[in-house]
Formats: sequence, C-alpha cells, structure tokens
Amino acid sequence: MFYGVDLSSRLLLGTARYPSPAILERAIKASGAEVVTVSLRREGGDARSGQSFWQFIQSLGLRVLPNTAGCHSVKEAVTTAHMARELFDTPWIKLEVIGDADTLQPDVFGLVEAARILSQDGFEVFPYTTEDLVVADRLVEAGCRVLMPWGAPIGSARGLNNVYGLKSLRAHFPDIPLVVDAGLGVPSHAAAAMELGYDAVLLNTAVAEAGDPVEMARAFALAVKAGRAAHLAQPLEPRDMAQPSTPVIGKAVLGGI
Amino acid sequence: MAKPTIIVIGAGVAGLTCALELAERGLSVEVVERGRALGEGSCSWMAGGMLAPWCERATTEPEVADWGAPSIAWWAERCPETVRQGSVVVVQPRDLPDLTRFAQRTERFEWLDADRIAALEPDLAGRFRRALFFPDEAHLDPRRALCALAKRLQRHGVAIRFGVELAPQEAHADIVVDCRGLAARDALPDLRGVRGEMVVVRSPDVSLRRPVRMLHPRIPLYIVPRGDGLFMIGATMIESERRGPVSVRSAVELLGAAYALHPAFGEAEIVELGADLRPAFPDNLPDVRRSGHVLHANGLFRHGFLLAPALARRAADAALSMLQPETNHADLPQRQRA
Repeated sequence: MFYGVDLSSRLLLGTARYPSPAILERAIKASGAEVVTVSLRREGGDARSGQSFWQFIQSLGLRVLPNTAGCHSVKEAVTTAHMARELFDTPWIKLEVIGDADTLQPDVFGLVEAARILSQDGFEVFPYTTEDLVVADRLVEAGCRVLMPWGAPIGSARGLNNVYGLKSLRAHFPDIPLVVDAGLGVPSHAAAAMELGYDAVLLNTAVAEAGDPVEMARAFALAVKAGRAAHLAQPLEPRDMAQPSTPVIGKAVLGGI
Repeated sequence: MAKPTIIVIGAGVAGLTCALELAERGLSVEVVERGRALGEGSCSWMAGGMLAPWCERATTEPEVADWGAPSIAWWAERCPETVRQGSVVVVQPRDLPDLTRFAQRTERFEWLDADRIAALEPDLAGRFRRALFFPDEAHLDPRRALCALAKRLQRHGVAIRFGVELAPQEAHADIVVDCRGLAARDALPDLRGVRGEMVVVRSPDVSLRRPVRMLHPRIPLYIVPRGDGLFMIGATMIESERRGPVSVRSAVELLGAAYALHPAFGEAEIVELGADLRPAFPDNLPDVRRSGHVLHANGLFRHGFLLAPALARRAADAALSMLQPETNHADLPQRQRA
C-alpha cells in the first residue's frame, strides 16, 4: 500500500503526548496500528539523546514512520530526515515543513522543495500537506507516492474542514495512497475520511489526550474499519428530495387545520 | 543486638524523605550522597514544588492524585514553609475549551469568574475571564524543603555524608535503600530520563499568592511564587536524555508564555536557567523494587515532591517487613491499578 509495503491496518498512530509510555503501548495494541510516527526534533533535541524513548518505540516491533515535526525550514527538515534514516534504518519519512507557528499550517512551497531533495536522495516521502490539488500535483511530481492532506490544523479536533477538497483530491489521484493526517477529534471523523475513499488516517492527539487513550484507540480502530467497509459497499449519495422506500400514492394524507 | 542499620544512597527528595520516614519509625539510618552539597547533582533542586494532586489528576493516572493527596499534610507537618493557598488554572480566551476539558477530568475545584480571579490574585485582574481554583492544594520551595528535611534528619541523629559514591551492592548495611534517581539505571534498565527545563525570574512588579498554571495546546506553563519577588517558571517535558543547558526554543516558549500571563514579566530579571532529567519508569509512576537486601525507590518523574512521601512510606514498610522475618512479608505492597 505505502511504497510497496502492504499493511492490514489503516490506522497510523502518533506517539507524542501520552500520559506514559506504558499507556502508549497499550493504546497502540488496542488500535491495531502497524505504523507509528515518532518525532525527532520534539522529543530528541539531538541524535543521541532521545535514545531511551526511541528504543522503547523500536522494541514494540512496529514499522516506524519518523517525522520532521517542528521543522520550519527545508534545511531543518532535510537534516532531520537524514538523522531519522540513520537512527531508525528506514527510508520512510513523514515530511512536515511548518509555515505558521501558531496554526502549524504546512509551508507547501518548502514542502515541495524538501520532498524533491529527499526523494532524489532515496527517501520514501509521506508529505503532510493541505488539501490543495495543485500542491498535491507538485508533490507527486517531486517523487511522493503517498499524500497526507490535513483534515484540520494539528490538534484542533475539528474533523474534515473541507470535505469537497478532500473528495476532489481523491478523484484526482485514484492511484496514489491518500491518508488524512491531522485534525481528527472523534472516531466519526475518521469514519468520514474512510467513507470518502481515503486509504488510511493518521492521528495522535485525539487518542493521546483522551481521558482513556486505550479505549479511544480501540474506538478509532472500529471507526476506520466501519468507514472502509462503507466505502467498499458503495454508499448512497445525498439528495435534496426524499426518496421513500415504499410508495405513498393512495395513502391517506392528514393535513393541518 | 545492635540496631539494624540502613543506608540510604542519594540525598534528593526521594532519599531524604525515605531516610526521614525510616528514622521516624525508630530505625538507625545513614544517608550517603555523591554530590558535595545538598542539591548538587540532584534533579530535586530544579523542581517546581507544587503539591497539586488534583491539577495533576487532569493529565495523569488516578494513582498520582491518590498517592499525592496525603503528602500535603506530610510536608506541612515537616516543612513549616509549606504554603496552603491552593492553586489557580487559567487560559487565554481562545483556549477556553481546554479549561472545560481540564475541569471535566479532575475534581476538588471551583470555577472562578473575573471578579473572583481579581479577589484571589489581584495582579491577574482583568486578564482572564474564567479560571479554576483548587483550594486544597499547596506549594513549597523545593530547596528550602530539602534543607528542612536535612535539619530534621539531624535532629533524629541521621548524618548525611556528602561526596561519597557508593554502589548499593557494596554498601555494608542490613538494608540499602537506593534513591540514586537516574544514576540507578545500572540496576533498573527500564528507567529513562525525561528532560525538564525551568527559569527563575525576579519581578518586583508582579505578585502572586499561589501557583498559576496556564493551559496552552503546545506550551503549558506554570509559575510558582517563591517569595522576595522570585518566580519559578516551568517546565518543559521532553522525551530526551540530553543534559546540558536550556535550549533557546524552550527559553523562548517558557518566557513567552510567562509574558502572556502578565506583561510585567517582560521586565523581570532572569536569575537562573536550569535543566535536568527526571527519572521515570514506563508507566511514569514511582515504584519500590527489592533485590536482595537492596530496595530501589525510584521513578518519581515530574512528581518528586508530590509523591516522595508516598514512595518513602512504601519503602519504609518494605524495609520493616524485611527486618521482621517472623511476620508475613512475602511481597512488597503492590500497586493498585485503577
């Protein structure tokens, strides 16, 4: 599914902000996720110092998708990606180039540039982007074979802000794996993304900061499965007119006074 | 027969509370410390000193509140400078949902409106519309508290030998209580360090009576008044084992958030920037583990002063049951999971 790697779970989980590593581990198990993202800059500081936490992540036996969270420039992101490749021995990188410190909105110009540099260097890039179609085109041109548009700003729990935009992205890229990354708050948001035909969802805060992260991880796993099944089952399209399932002709109509 | 001797290794908050708990139960105790003075090389020196079990309850497991609540009385009894004035939690207006959520996840608080905020903390008047007040919480100055414990230990005849590095297995004693914190990794492989950074500023223009927390989606902050115009601003929590000075990013975030709490902090003097590693087990809860005649008391994480009395009590219970073989002491008290 992603760069030739087949996965059975369509839920990718971030590893930050959990009450403890022990709860993180139980939440991952409950989610069934096979891929977890790890932040190098936020948690590491430099290449050697985050070791305990990273060893812990590696000990879980999952596929690690290192990310460049917190990087505000192309150079920072490229350097962090190289550090990640060395540390986790993977060509995968979730590429984040942040353009606005407050909303954490991606800098799509820097993103495309960094994606090109890294793809040429043999990285398999998972770009965190907006739902902008043209940017997505440029990212694919730069070598990305997965796209990760946001649902809403990171940690905002708002769900899918622009359903139309996400839908047209899906229609435009039928063969590129698409992952909704960021902004999901509750399982119904994840189900909605999957119903649109997205291949997977990636989330962190919605689980990590839930009152019971383990139970919320389980709930998201169920929602992702439900949404995927619904998509495959070809759901109805909404319409303006009621479409009664039984004919009304001849039925007594009770009017008002 | 001579009184059984117990050696406590480490004079941070874990070591001193364990030693005092043991001494108060009539045991003969000695403390050895690698550093040459109280607080040297101990992450307790950098602590915030908030005794805030119900604020912590909003983001941690119930054990932290259950074990932490009795420690307020423990400290008040042994460290008279403990301030029992509660604590306050505020947010910027746009982050109000975070305050509602914080409230949903804890207890023992009151909602404050602008008038009550002004009455409790006059310097915050007009700055925040809503806040939570936790009247039963307390705070202390960790450095004074460690000194107070050292003095009490002295009165119990317990000496602290500084500048002595001792491996638990080499110590000659009936029982060794290993309170070395992160230095105990040789014996506790699942212990990890979690970096914390803090700033101390002096501002004659701001006055707070109690710790104030400001919730923020990325940069949560607390400010603890230390008297004489001093304020401790903390603290970052980074899954990193880098030692060394505070990063620019952290300093900017902490100071920026303090400035957002009150603009007068913009004119404050920076008295100290500090960083250290907190020892934590994978569940971020403290534990007492026995191996032979050694008891490892560790894993206080960011709850050093809040949970040390509970850890000390458990270590002392374990030590006593080791010394009284006639009583049934097969197991250490186990943690109760919620």
